[in-house]
Amino acid sequence: MYTFPFDSDATPEHDKLGGKCTSLAIMTKAGAPVPPGFAVTTDAFDAVMRQTDLHDQIARLMEGLNHEDVAAVDQVSAQIRELILNQPVPAEVHDETHQAYENLMALCGGEVPVAVRSSATAEDLPDASFAGQQDTYLWIVGRSNVMHKIRECWASLYTSRAMTYRHANNIPEEGLSMAVAVQKMVNARTSGVAMTIDPSNGDRSKIVVDASWGLGEMVVSGEVTPDNFVIDKVMMHTVKRMISDKHEELIPDGKGGVSRHEVEEPRRSTQCLNDEELMDVARLARSAEKHYGSVQDIEWAIDADLPAGKNVLLLQSRPETVWSQKPAEVKITSAGSGIEAITNSLMAQMANRFGTSGN
Amino acid sequence: MKRKSFDSPYDLQAPAGAEGWQELYPYNLVFRDNLRDKEDKKFWFCDSQHWPNVFKPFETVGVEFAVRCLGAYNTRHYIIPPANGIEFRIHNGYCYMSPVGVAPELIPDRVPHFLQRAGHYFQNWESLLENWKKKVHATIEEMDAIEFTALPEMVDFSVVESGAGIDPTAKMMADYDRLIQLAYQNWEYHFEFLNLGYVAYLDFFMFCKESFPGIPDLAIAKMVMGVDSVLFRPDDELKTLAMLAANLGLADVFAKNDGAEAIIGALNGSEKGREWVTAWNNAQNPWFNYTSGNGFYGSDVYWRDHLDLPMGYVQDYVARAAKGEQLHRPKDALIVERDRIVGEYSEFLSGEALATFQGKLGLARTVYPYVEDHNFYIEHWTMGVFWRKVRQLSRVLHGYGFWNQPDDMLYLTRDEVRPVLFDLATGWGVGADCIAPSYWPEEIERRRKIVDALSTARPEPAFNEPPAEINEPFTIMLWGITTEQVAQWLGGDEEDPNSLKGMAASPGVVEGKARIITGPEQLDQLQPGEILVAPVTAPSWGPVFGKIKATVTDIGGMMSHAAIVCREYGLPAVTGTGSASTKIKTGMTIRVDGSNGKVEIIG
Repeated sequence: MYTFPFDSDATPEHDKLGGKCTSLAIMTKAGAPVPPGFAVTTDAFDAVMRQTDLHDQIARLMEGLNHEDVAAVDQVSAQIRELILNQPVPAEVHDETHQAYENLMALCGGEVPVAVRSSATAEDLPDASFAGQQDTYLWIVGRSNVMHKIRECWASLYTSRAMTYRHANNIPEEGLSMAVAVQKMVNARTSGVAMTIDPSNGDRSKIVVDASWGLGEMVVSGEVTPDNFVIDKVMMHTVKRMISDKHEELIPDGKGGVSRHEVEEPRRSTQCLNDEELMDVARLARSAEKHYGSVQDIEWAIDADLPAGKNVLLLQSRPETVWSQKPAEVKITSAGSGIEAITNSLMAQMANRFGTSGN
Repeated sequence: MKRKSFDSPYDLQAPAGAEGWQELYPYNLVFRDNLRDKEDKKFWFCDSQHWPNVFKPFETVGVEFAVRCLGAYNTRHYIIPPANGIEFRIHNGYCYMSPVGVAPELIPDRVPHFLQRAGHYFQNWESLLENWKKKVHATIEEMDAIEFTALPEMVDFSVVESGAGIDPTAKMMADYDRLIQLAYQNWEYHFEFLNLGYVAYLDFFMFCKESFPGIPDLAIAKMVMGVDSVLFRPDDELKTLAMLAANLGLADVFAKNDGAEAIIGALNGSEKGREWVTAWNNAQNPWFNYTSGNGFYGSDVYWRDHLDLPMGYVQDYVARAAKGEQLHRPKDALIVERDRIVGEYSEFLSGEALATFQGKLGLARTVYPYVEDHNFYIEHWTMGVFWRKVRQLSRVLHGYGFWNQPDDMLYLTRDEVRPVLFDLATGWGVGADCIAPSYWPEEIERRRKIVDALSTARPEPAFNEPPAEINEPFTIMLWGITTEQVAQWLGGDEEDPNSLKGMAASPGVVEGKARIITGPEQLDQLQPGEILVAPVTAPSWGPVFGKIKATVTDIGGMMSHAAIVCREYGLPAVTGTGSASTKIKTGMTIRVDGSNGKVEIIG
């Protein structure tokens, strides 16, 4: 099985699909508003490595590599990536991927741009935050371009950065594999991230939403200051709202790529999603959290082509890795119940007392 | 430019025609000239939530008894460590308050007393509360037994025969003193549990605010609130009566007649009708001791005295029941929602924090019903009886020509009434004219003009310099006065004229036509589906909440009556907007966002 449509009836296996695709397949199955797509499985990657002499060639190049030697690592990395990009793909892998792509295009009613993203088997483990270590290619149009980007994703396993990271964290090279996600590109008017915890204090009753114009990459990379919202997840009430100057946005250039644009006034300082959409984002994050039973970190987008109420899409959901491993840092001055605790909380108000009259 | 400080009360002119208003009120209730330096150091805010209208002299009895007793429980009964009572003054006819703190060095010594005293009440809450109800009932019964009647031509022969030797004037004077005394007594009882109820609520409130920073006040209120408050019982009784009428096939009688007397008369002609009338009579005691005001004004209208009022609501309910409408509040849905909220917040806690949450919530829920229920026993029931007796005496004296209008005794302070009674006793005893008819009618007309002149102006929201930040939780919770609110009052001219902010008191968003209601007598103007906009509402406006879409008030916090009622009815509410009832006009289309505390005028 070299490909796996996200809406497949089969059970998604993490080993085959990687973290990102597994989560997309699970979300799709659960009815979450995920853009359609398919996974190119680790079996495909393994076939490429094993049915050719790629695996052996890579092993030879890695042998005796001094990971402290930056120049040497760079050189080996470049050689390996070159190999992966040029190695002919076994016919079965090739045919099945083509078919999956054609099926997706048919589902979307014609040729639409897709995103091609790596889906590593280790990336999303709660204890090894590989986030951002692999590549993402957006607005890819046409079968051969997509095929090429899939290879680039495979090759991204061997960037100098990734190789150095594995070495530093004792992640073995043997058995390394990768799946790739091919997914309909969202025509994002606004996008961002949401976390089902307040990362400033570990308060689990909140959903924190960051949002900016255009595609979400600039929010993830921190290149724009997004609008920031804190929502109480029980009452679904916005308790904090900060509208920022969102000076730039990433939008499709119509030529299969994306480009950065300055955002004009007054749009740059306008809230980039309305309150109903904000609540849809919060509900999406909350349902992902309920579904997985753990604190989630989601990426979402609002598709300009879709009608209100159906336009908020889930791009990704993964476990939050920082706060879910430690207790909240919320300070409690009135712990315990009963009269002593009540006295303590009354005393805590001493400093806050109303009035300055002192009488 | 924004002001930093409100005006001093000493610099505020009285409206034209109200000169000399200070003499209408007891000397200790007004800002006295020789205390200016001291009074101007304090920040005073207007309590127009409880006292939205200008006091007639007699009516200061409510604020005097209530706020004094509130203070005494903090200061002398429970020794609440950081808080004494609240000072109060009357200025230009309105009520202003200033909380009194405790000097920091005195606080630690108060703690053990508080632990012992408040601890005793918390530990014995249920049994003490049982006893409380008995005490309060006994007071009401004794008050109810007082009857003021005209004096007889001659003392009854039985007095002569038995050698009793006392004429009825002694009893009249003693009854008057007793009436005042009994009202004072129930106002003491009023605060016996109230302050502690709020303290426990506040403790849970603070824990939630610390555990879930930014948690909406509404979430906390919803977790604590019961759905069976006695306060809603009178309205529920009317709904039950309406359903009984529908079940007995009597709907036509209610549709064809108007007024309690006509309807009862028609019903008495049939057996089923008489069955209904029996149920109606049974419901009246105590549930018709219910005012569409708030219990603090002598002019408050009580159902028991104006049966047309509850009957009108019943007629409305009967018509709605006939259309198949669900009359009763969605209690089951409220309970499901409350349990959902508690359940979800609980999931975010574990171990000791969860146990604390549950412990505090448990205590808050034990004590909180009192915070709602007491209102029926004191403000409605006790004060309903009290004002009825006051009016009864006023009418007796009116009968002697002491004043021009039956209820004019309200233009005397309660201590001015005592010499009037002796004037009557003297005139009656001597067999000569009383002095009152040649003195009070003119004096009352003078006072009436002053009260009317004062009523032409709305109160200033506050006096003097506010603290940099208002974080005294009672002030915020009970009066809806926040730092932002005070800033808005100070910078009043910079607001967006089409947008108002207030407390997000009951969630939901609706649009609709506004109807401005400034007093209970206007309630019948409300059309189904309109949005009620009022300076302040009373819980007994209950029957109208079934047909409106939302409520907006000028005054009040999360625990104000409008907020509580709207949550019970599942209607959006924004309270404490400051000026909704003047900015919004009847017929305007407005959008009420009770989840975010916003009101917009959209057309």
